[in-house]
This record gives sequence, C-alpha cells and structure tokens, in this order.
Amino acid sequence: MQLEVNITGKSFASAAGKRHDVLDNVTFTLNAGEVGVLFGPSGCGKSTLLRILAGLDANYQGHVARSPGMRLGMVFQEPRLLPWRTVEENVRIAAPHVDDGTLSALFEVLELSVHRNHFPGELSLGLARRVALARAFAIEPDFLILDEPLASLDNALAGRLRDQVATLVASRKMMTLLVTHDLDDAVRLGDRLFFLSPRPARILHVETIAAPRATRSEPEIDEIKRRLSQLDLANM
Amino acid sequence: MLRLLSFALFIATWWIASLLIGDAKLPAPPAVLSVLIVEARSGALFVNLGATLARVALAFTLAMALGSAIGYLMGRVSLANRLGDPWLILLLNLPALVVIVLAYIWAGLTEVAAITAIAINKLPTAVVTLREGARALDPALDEMATAFALPRGRAFRHVVLPQLAPYIAAAARSGLSLVWKIVLVAEYLGRPNGVGFEIGVAFQLFDIPLLLAYSLSFAGVVLVIETLLVQPFETRLTRWRLRAA
Repeated sequence: MQLEVNITGKSFASAAGKRHDVLDNVTFTLNAGEVGVLFGPSGCGKSTLLRILAGLDANYQGHVARSPGMRLGMVFQEPRLLPWRTVEENVRIAAPHVDDGTLSALFEVLELSVHRNHFPGELSLGLARRVALARAFAIEPDFLILDEPLASLDNALAGRLRDQVATLVASRKMMTLLVTHDLDDAVRLGDRLFFLSPRPARILHVETIAAPRATRSEPEIDEIKRRLSQLDLANM
Repeated sequence: MLRLLSFALFIATWWIASLLIGDAKLPAPPAVLSVLIVEARSGALFVNLGATLARVALAFTLAMALGSAIGYLMGRVSLANRLGDPWLILLLNLPALVVIVLAYIWAGLTEVAAITAIAINKLPTAVVTLREGARALDPALDEMATAFALPRGRAFRHVVLPQLAPYIAAAARSGLSLVWKIVLVAEYLGRPNGVGFEIGVAFQLFDIPLLLAYSLSFAGVVLVIETLLVQPFETRLTRWRLRAA
C-alpha cells in the first residue's frame, strides 16, 4: 500500500466571486507503516488537503494515487458521530465486520468500555474523540487520517489520548497521516514531518526521524524539537 | 387525571349550553348518547367509522409515501426542485373542494376517486416539510458516510433517516389532521357510507342528535389514535434527545 500525492493547486471561489488559492504545490509519498505529520499554522489549508486525500473533494489540480481497495479510516476534527446511535452502534455501523473480541480490546485501550451504550450527547469532547478513534480503528484501515485528534483537550487528557493513539497506530501496519499544530505531538507520533507554509500551502521542509517511534527517549525528542524550532521556516 | 377533568368540563359546558339554547338546536348529552347506542347496536356506527378509517389510512399512507419521496428528492436535487416547485405551489393553494369535485367528475363516484382526491390534498404539505428536512441534512455526516464508504442503504438508514425523522413526524402530524378534515367532505359529496355520508344524511333530515353522535364518535376515534399511536411514535423517535438532555 502506498499513497502518492502530487497536488499542484487548489482554489475556492468565494461568495463574492473572488478566487482564493488554498493549496500551492504539495507533493509527497507515504508508505505502509509510516506516520506522516502535516504541521503548519492554523488555516493554512491542512483540512482541505485532508479532504482531497480522503476522496471527499475531487476539485483540485494534480493527482492523488491511492492503492485500489484501500480502506480509509478517518478521524475528523469534530467527532462527527451519529447522535441518535449509541457508542457501540456508531462503531459497528462504520465497521459491520468487526468481531466482538477486537471491539472489546479497542474499547479497553480507549477506556470506553463503560460507555458502550451511551449516546454521543452524553459524552464529553474527549470521550467523543475516542469514539471517533475507535470507529476509525475498528474498520482496520490501510490508510488512517487523523485531523487534530488532540486539539482543545487539557494537557493531561491530551497526553493520555496521545499515548493511546500511539499504541493503536503501532498495532497495525498502515499509512497514517496526522494533522497537528503541536510540535511535541508531531515529534512523538510522527516518522516524517511535513512543514507547511501559510496559505496557499506548500511543503517548506521535510524532517525524517530515523529512530523508531517507540524507542525515542525524552532527550532525543527534546533535541529534535529544539532543532526544528530553530528552522527559519518563514524565509524558506 | 387532568384529562378526565377537562373532559368533564366539556360535558358540563355542553349540558348547560343545551339547557340555555334548547333541545331543538343543541340536544343534551343523554339524547346524543341514546342515538349513539342505537347506531352502535345496529352496527351502522362501526361500519361507517370503519369505512372512514380505511379511507384515512389509505389516503394518508399514499400521500406520506409519495410526498416524502418527492420532498426528499426536491431537497437533494436542485433540478427536481426547480421542476417541481411550480406544481407544488399550485397544489398547495388548490382548494380541497376543487380537487374532490374534479376527481369525482373525472373518475366517477368511486372509492379510487375519493382516496386519490384526499391524498392529493395532503401530498403538497408532506412534500414541503420533507424538502425542508432534506435541505437541513448535515453535510458533515454525509462526508463521514462517504469517507467510511458506507453502502447507500446503510447510510440512508443510519445517517439520513434519523435526521429526517422529526420532519416525517411533523408531516404525519399535520397531514393526519388535514386528512381527518378532508375525508368527511369527500364522503359527504360522493360516498354511500362513512361518517361524512351519515353527517350529510343527518343534515338533510335536520337530525341533530345523529349529527352530533357521529361527529363526537369520530372525534373520539381521532383522539384515541393520536394518543395511542402518534404520540408514542414521536416519543420513540426522539428517544436519543431525551436521554441526552
């Protein structure tokens, strides 16, 4: 499985008829087992890029080659659960073939076991995010998209959820694409970091972290972060 | 309990009014009750109520099914909306009487004509309500269904239908009350049985107890159906909302 992205441009026409360029030149490939991180300022077009990669937006210039039959799991920025279905039903509707053991294990890791029969309206944002994660993992995806899964959670919660995401991502050989604007999350979870410019987005810098995710020590992580924060991205 | 009290208040008001106005124009409750018992004993009451209910059920089902499908289509596909909109406005504003009379002229004094005419009267309100529902569908959930490659049938059942449910319930509620009203007119004008026909007979004979007996038993049936069928159905549909509160 491989994802080849070669986007040469994407623009919107605003209500007033003006053209807004959202994406410039975005080219990269992602291989199975690899975690790519899209890192960039808010509003730079990351979500637009994700929508194109997920096949939700076909209106762009360039080409995205997805392996045929590739199963996509997606965690949107908002959880996008069905409020009229319980937590378990939400997962099973997306993943009807998931077996009970796998589902129980998944709920165990994400600490959702007691919430199986709750409706999404009864859950906090953190819990709803985890249900969205469970749904994306339950379909056993070949390509996993995570759009800021840790945003607007308090530090302790975000940290725990990050560890859970790391555990789940490591449990399956798939392509993962994570969007974040937190450098710490990017360095801890990613193998290759794509630094994006402000709108219209293009890739400014690609950072490949050689050490496997599980073996990175705190000093190593700090060193990478220090080096990356010194990059003069504004003038690239 | 409160309902019983309200019912007792209704009977009391009626009785007092009949004492003030006089039996000739407004018979007292016992007079109406005795006519009701006679009609029930002979079986005529049930035959007529049954005939009316059958017409209501058929016309309502027909109009809801067609109206929901057309409304959903018009809400989703702009071409369908532009094509259908003038027809919809015409139907919405066409008086019930015109539809009924024309149906009887064109299709004869038949059951098909009556049911079609009633259904045509209800159809446009169902279309309008469901069109609003289809327009209000959440595009974010549509995207979710697309991203997870949900098959059409499953997406419709779990993603679309629950969003339309309140609109379907609203269309059913307003549509049912419309059908209750129109069915009697259609029966009055061209059917040999049913509550509307009996009311027509009572009107011609100036038989006010008979008229009231049929009107009130009809109202009773409507009340029972509303409480036992429509309201529980609405509660079930919004179960997740109640739990969420």
